[in-house]
Amino acid sequence: MFLGRVVGCVWATVKDRNFVGLRLLVVQPVTPEMQDAGKRVICTDWTGAGAGETVYWVRSKEASYLFSPQEPPTDATVVGIVDTVHLKRPAAEPRSGSREAPC
Amino acid sequence: MILARVVGTVVATRKDPRLEGKKLLILKPVSPEGKDEAGYVVAVDTVSAGVRERVLAVSGSSARMAEGCKDTPVDTAVVGIVDEVSLD
Repeated sequence: MFLGRVVGCVWATVKDRNFVGLRLLVVQPVTPEMQDAGKRVICTDWTGAGAGETVYWVRSKEASYLFSPQEPPTDATVVGIVDTVHLKRPAAEPRSGSREAPC
Repeated sequence: MILARVVGTVVATRKDPRLEGKKLLILKPVSPEGKDEAGYVVAVDTVSAGVRERVLAVSGSSARMAEGCKDTPVDTAVVGIVDEVSLD
């Protein structure tokens, strides 16, 4: 699973019949530090996520299991809305903004 | 799934019998803003898309779940014709 941020949505009238009623979101993958990471993907939505929300999404065939017994041909689905991300930094890594003491 | 633009078709006479009757399209991946991205991909068409249309393409084993692609040797399928992409 991957972290992402919802940046838009896609409208399609002509589509596979198993897509009817599903929302299609444009998701920008992000790092745990919320920096953009890679190309945007189109995901089906299982959560009701809205624009600007941080989400996590699953890719590959597992993306369609959420909608069982319906089987939409999707390879990416938003499966959760992220509340918070906790990161434990390695002890050796300096905190951002800190400087080494002179001399 | 990715957004792509249909730029052509592929005709193949000798092919797996399970692909008979299926239209093959050449897709150029595009960004949500409509700019071309690197590479091309050949996909099976399941929604009767035409050249220059912006489409939604699914790849990997999920492509076999597209209509008419069950148990076929397909790893990219066109599953929707895009009307509009709205970006915030």
